[in-house]
Amino acid sequence: MSSTKDEIRKKRKSAFSRRGFLKGLGAGTGVLSTGVLAEQETDAAPATPVQGPGAVAITLDINGRPHKVNVEPRTTLCDTLRNHLDLTGAKRVCDRGTCGACTVIIGGKVMYSCTVLAIEAQGKKIQTIEGLAQPGKLHPVSQAFWDNDAQQCGYCTPGFVMAAKGFLDHHPNPTYEEVKKGLGGNLCRCGTYVGVRKAVLQAAKEMQGGRNA
Amino acid sequence: MHEHDLSKVGTRAKPAGEQVAGDPDKAFQEAEVTSEGEYGIPVITHCCLEPHGQVVQWNGDKVEYWPSTQNVTQVGNDLAKLIEVPANQIHTHMDYMGGGFGSKFPPDLWGAEAAQLSKMSGGRPVKLFLDRATELTIAGNRPSVFAKVKTGAKKDGTITVWQSQTWATGGYTGGNLNVSLFPYVFNKLENKRLNHTAVSINAGSARAWRAPNHPQLSFVTCSALEDLAAKLNMDALAFFLKNIEITTRPQVYKAQLEKAAEMIEWKKYAHLRSDTTKGPVKRGLGIGVNTWGGLGHDSQCRVTIHPDGSVDVDLCSQDLGTATRTMIAMVAAETFGLTINQVKVGIGDTQFPPSGGSGGSTTIGGVTVSTRKATVNALGKLFDLLSPVMGVPADGLEAVDGRIQQKGNPSKSMTWQQACAKMGTQSISEMGQNKQAEAVKEGLINQGTSGVQMADVSVDTDTGIVKMNRMVAVQDCGLVVNPKTAESQVFGACIMSCCAALMEERIMDQQTGRVLNPDMEFYKLAGISDIGEIIVHMDITPEHDARGIIGLGEPPAVGGVAAISNAVANAIGVRVPMVPLTPNRVLAALSQRRIG
Repeated sequence: MSSTKDEIRKKRKSAFSRRGFLKGLGAGTGVLSTGVLAEQETDAAPATPVQGPGAVAITLDINGRPHKVNVEPRTTLCDTLRNHLDLTGAKRVCDRGTCGACTVIIGGKVMYSCTVLAIEAQGKKIQTIEGLAQPGKLHPVSQAFWDNDAQQCGYCTPGFVMAAKGFLDHHPNPTYEEVKKGLGGNLCRCGTYVGVRKAVLQAAKEMQGGRNA
Repeated sequence: MHEHDLSKVGTRAKPAGEQVAGDPDKAFQEAEVTSEGEYGIPVITHCCLEPHGQVVQWNGDKVEYWPSTQNVTQVGNDLAKLIEVPANQIHTHMDYMGGGFGSKFPPDLWGAEAAQLSKMSGGRPVKLFLDRATELTIAGNRPSVFAKVKTGAKKDGTITVWQSQTWATGGYTGGNLNVSLFPYVFNKLENKRLNHTAVSINAGSARAWRAPNHPQLSFVTCSALEDLAAKLNMDALAFFLKNIEITTRPQVYKAQLEKAAEMIEWKKYAHLRSDTTKGPVKRGLGIGVNTWGGLGHDSQCRVTIHPDGSVDVDLCSQDLGTATRTMIAMVAAETFGLTINQVKVGIGDTQFPPSGGSGGSTTIGGVTVSTRKATVNALGKLFDLLSPVMGVPADGLEAVDGRIQQKGNPSKSMTWQQACAKMGTQSISEMGQNKQAEAVKEGLINQGTSGVQMADVSVDTDTGIVKMNRMVAVQDCGLVVNPKTAESQVFGACIMSCCAALMEERIMDQQTGRVLNPDMEFYKLAGISDIGEIIVHMDITPEHDARGIIGLGEPPAVGGVAAISNAVANAIGVRVPMVPLTPNRVLAALSQRRIG
């Protein structure tokens, strides 16, 4: 396996490559993105493993546990979770950062996992819906969704629950209007918003004092 | 293309023929007031969050099939025809699905392709789901309707005549519309002339979309009626009530209109067309009405009581998120005097007895009757067994609160577990079936529901932005099994109506015929902050209860578009002819400009 990889690397060095082309543009054009600079650094320091185009081994810290996985650098975190790690809670719906069905929490921030590359998520704490419940006990947000019938088909629900949890982590005591604004990044097709609003307010109440980090 | 302009569709038009009732010409001559209007509601797509698709594994003789479907019992039979294998070799599984709204009944070509790929790969499982753009382009849509309507009335507000020319498209299959339902709900009108033309265009075909035909019929009818009321200088609610006798269920609609008016505080906020208060933001109220059938579909259920007291309730239905599972468990638990946690419901698997597809609000009636009958049959068998043991005739026993006892006599009883232990090693397994005609006679199920929606909107006449402040819904559906999930259905339907009234529209490129917004940025759905307050009143009365169980999914999804469109007209003083009521269209209507 490794010998094949080495061969690919050698071939790439010798052939005309996108990286070589970018380098050829020169460093003084003033419109260079940090991405190009980063690539130059990579070339200058061969000790750092080249990322791709084949699968690379990475480790992701998901729900407090390290997960080793081999993915191509272009693979999104959403696809990595779903297709490589069997964590299918985050859903791929619009696939371009509009609907929020793939929402996870990365380093304390609510993010769309379809617009984050898996390799970018290395070294950060990733929370997914699968890590919310304690054995035998739902997280207060999930429980509140249940209590308020805040789901129908359920496809937007994992994303909504994570968005609500992330929102409440930063706004533990929100008003009704703040809930409406704070959860504007998630779309539901069945029309569960009435239940979701009630659920988030209930969860806020229950998480006061004994909040789940 | 250009389907909104009938004069431009040429040979793609298929007129459906004229329907005439009474004497519309004479009625128009005699009418003291007439009103004319044009109305349009565009093609919208289902935009299921989970796209259409499946996992399928063709391994030797066996095909294991996991589709996202509303139709577990039948979809495998349809796939069998496409891939030419005997239907009994296909095993269909579907525990959960992410939205269908009427578009997920057939296996589709992608189902057959995935099966062939699996076969070619030597039996590996193949997952094939549509990407978002394909989903919005070919996986179903709701046909448009465009209408020219003329109505006539007496000065006192009595409507006397309706005439409509409508046309519609759902894609290459055309766009049929059941125009005999015009004027919608106010259907017992004597004089009418109805013309409809189906227009085929080179685009993906229509599929059933929550209450097929009805939202469009309601939108056109209620808009035209509200315009007529405005012409009469009459309060819209008073006008609807004035004509209540020509509705299909006068007493029910009267009560529902009055209830909805009370909930939205009609007296406090209503005004004649055009909000004359100062400032750019105008506020208005509007009304929409709905009706639907909802008779329970064919369904068979198998119930097994095990000697340890556990209970299986199995039927090949599906839960689209409407709580089918919960309601099956509720009915079974009630029959056995158990809690719902003591009943294990099995659905979504073709190893279970067949049950209908979930479309047309037919599921709840179907599955509750088959479950009730199967559980009653099984309990009867258990009573037969216990009768000699307890020294009570079988028909003198009852199951309540986890016990089997002599009717009304808790001192002569045993626990459910003790009772089931008397079965020894043999389980009791019984079937139950919903036969529609029989179940209606028995008073278990019925069809025909009514509902009213009223909307309260604010329109910024500087920007054209419409804000939905409040919507109220009053809805009957016979005997309500689970009020909480029933309310959720109505909430959801109201929200969908807001999407269709204010945002949703499939936009086609007129040159290439491609969908220009097959994504979720530009095919707009309402977010949580776009939705105002929604107040739902389930119209639960002893009379409605006595009718039995009737489906609920479709009807509340019907009237909301009309209610919002009417509220906007009421606020700004002019009709915005076409929904969705985008800022562009609102501003154009305000400045008397004509746009598509």
